[in-house]
Amino acid sequence: MDTTATHEEQQPVRLHTIISSAADRLAGSVFILPAVLALLFLSLFPLIASLYVSLAKFDIAPGGFKLTFVGLNNYKKLFTGSEGTHFLGKFAPSTFITWLVFGAVVIGLGIFLARYVLNNRISIGGLIGRMLLALGLGSLTWMLVHTLWNGGRLGTASITLVYVFVGIFFQYILGLSLAMLTVQRLPGRRFFRVVFLLPMMITPVGVAYMFRMLTDTSKGPFTPIWQALGLINFSWVNNAWGARTAILIGDIWQWTPFMFIVLVAALESQPVEPVEAATVDGANSWQIFRHITWPAILPVSMTLMLIRLIEAFKIVDLPNVMTNGGPGTATQSLTYHAYINWRALNIGASAAVAYMLLFLVTFFAMIFVNLIRQRTVETL
Amino acid sequence: MRRWFQSKSINTPSPAGAVLSYVVLGVWALLILFPLYWLIITSFKNSSQVAEGPFYIPFADFKPSLEAWRYILVGDLSQDTLRNFGNTLLVAPVSSLIALVLGATAAYALVRFEYRPRVGAILTFIGCLVLSIVLISVGLSWPIGLIVSAAVFILLLQTIGRRFKRALGNNDIAFWMISQRMLPPVAVVIPIYILFQRLHLLDTYTALIITYVTSNLPIVIWLMRDYVSTIPIELEECASIDGASRYRIFWSVVLPLAVPGLVATFLFVLVFSWNEYLLALFISSAKVQTLPLTIAAQNATRGPQWWNMSVLILIMIIPVIVIAIILERYITRGLLIGAVKG
Repeated sequence: MDTTATHEEQQPVRLHTIISSAADRLAGSVFILPAVLALLFLSLFPLIASLYVSLAKFDIAPGGFKLTFVGLNNYKKLFTGSEGTHFLGKFAPSTFITWLVFGAVVIGLGIFLARYVLNNRISIGGLIGRMLLALGLGSLTWMLVHTLWNGGRLGTASITLVYVFVGIFFQYILGLSLAMLTVQRLPGRRFFRVVFLLPMMITPVGVAYMFRMLTDTSKGPFTPIWQALGLINFSWVNNAWGARTAILIGDIWQWTPFMFIVLVAALESQPVEPVEAATVDGANSWQIFRHITWPAILPVSMTLMLIRLIEAFKIVDLPNVMTNGGPGTATQSLTYHAYINWRALNIGASAAVAYMLLFLVTFFAMIFVNLIRQRTVETL
Repeated sequence: MRRWFQSKSINTPSPAGAVLSYVVLGVWALLILFPLYWLIITSFKNSSQVAEGPFYIPFADFKPSLEAWRYILVGDLSQDTLRNFGNTLLVAPVSSLIALVLGATAAYALVRFEYRPRVGAILTFIGCLVLSIVLISVGLSWPIGLIVSAAVFILLLQTIGRRFKRALGNNDIAFWMISQRMLPPVAVVIPIYILFQRLHLLDTYTALIITYVTSNLPIVIWLMRDYVSTIPIELEECASIDGASRYRIFWSVVLPLAVPGLVATFLFVLVFSWNEYLLALFISSAKVQTLPLTIAAQNATRGPQWWNMSVLILIMIIPVIVIAIILERYITRGLLIGAVKG
């Protein structure tokens, strides 16, 4: 009698646990599969298709278009052919200073490699990765030192690097300081938070046109300032670094809010107990920031920088609208370079530039994820 | 004297600190508001008032007119503007919400589960994808091409795919996801155009929403991954001991605690799809055009129509500002206070 009663009681319970544990075991797939499938549907196909386009010549043909396979021709043109100076820049002859800088970087990379090799835990993958890193950074340095000074001219690759790294540096510093200020309990902080978000909300094309209005030296709002400085006939279009600075200011203005809002959310979701404890123990505000706040926001900061790194490499609206890439090619980014080719219906060459951009971004993103992010986040 | 430099509690700055904070915040606010002020007054100017040099204060320096506003809202351009406005208002929030749901679940999964996809399986998958593209471009109709390569994929997966035992981890999956954003839009528009053309989805809301969801997913996943990983695992363990399923834990424990991150991410993704230009240019031809296209179209043969542009930019940011003001209050501290202790 007893046994049947328990049997009757347990049966539905057991069935329920079986179903729910099966559902629980599937949970891993259920959670991630929708996102993976969505990405596969629209992201992988364009990636492969544009790789093929970059290896082909694009022609308008009756009833559409025609792709002829040409191998690595488009890439060869980028490095040695007609597009060479456009992409890599014009190389000045080596001088003492260029050798000095290049030598210093090479020695630094050598020490980095040597330290890894002497460290007993080496793996083939790690070694190859680090050698590729050293090779990549070495050749980028070679390119930069020979195009930056006396007689050289920056190519679209170097210009993009300038935009990316200078831009991200200022955006992060500004975003973090503003976020730290607005999480304080100040009256009116909500007003500031909403105001600080505004630049992000304007469409990039709009921001670009707005900055073109603002930087106009004869009809823009700052005309009196230019006049006082004797720059009335000065045009952004004539000075390479002036034009680049103008574009960088636009970029920083537009994207600091992104850093800001994400850091505010990170700071706000940080628990208060450790800070309280530290204050009781007599820590000053720098110590609190260094040992409590900074480690807490470090992972999100790394992600932010990675996302901005990837997005900043694609900068195109600002140079296109503000300066039309000028003077000459001085403000053209890689995406703009691809866009010019694309507009001229050189779709193959355009895809090749885009793929070089992809390699460059992947290179820096890999360094970022595998070396910097892991090291900083893991040492916490 | 000392009380000027002493703060009453942790988050309240000292009076001196408050003054300093206000100065910095004020300067940055000014830097942001001045360009917008210039935009607003330009929208009330006509072409000669823009051309004759800088005028700063309406009524004092120049006589403001509603010409541009009338042209955009009730005049010649009104039909286009209102239609495109409606399209943007539909596409951007819907796609952001979908991206947020898919991305938040995937982010949670990447933090709390362990995945080990086999290298062999991935390689066979890529191989078969290439095969299907080749087959379709050779001239096979796309359903047949897909079915053939799917069959080959399953066959190879069972045989060769099992040979390579090396597996990837969660970090590799995450990196693959973010790498989907690395190609510049210029390179992907043509393949995407062809894809939607084959699917007969050009100039539909579906196409725009699908595109924006997939292009925003990686960002949502990466941002949410960090927010989710700051949630103490003890809370989830407690819920698990109490008998909650993984889905229940995600819905009732993780999501409520991740609200600040969710809101910040949503805002960002919303802005992204709200303002997207190049993909919209290709996918939409008339019916589902979005507002950024209208703005770019104001750079006519007679030169940029600054006044019309300013009106359009202003119209475009108003809804986002409203959403930001509504949502901003959810990005606040204190949701986690006391949750871990008990």
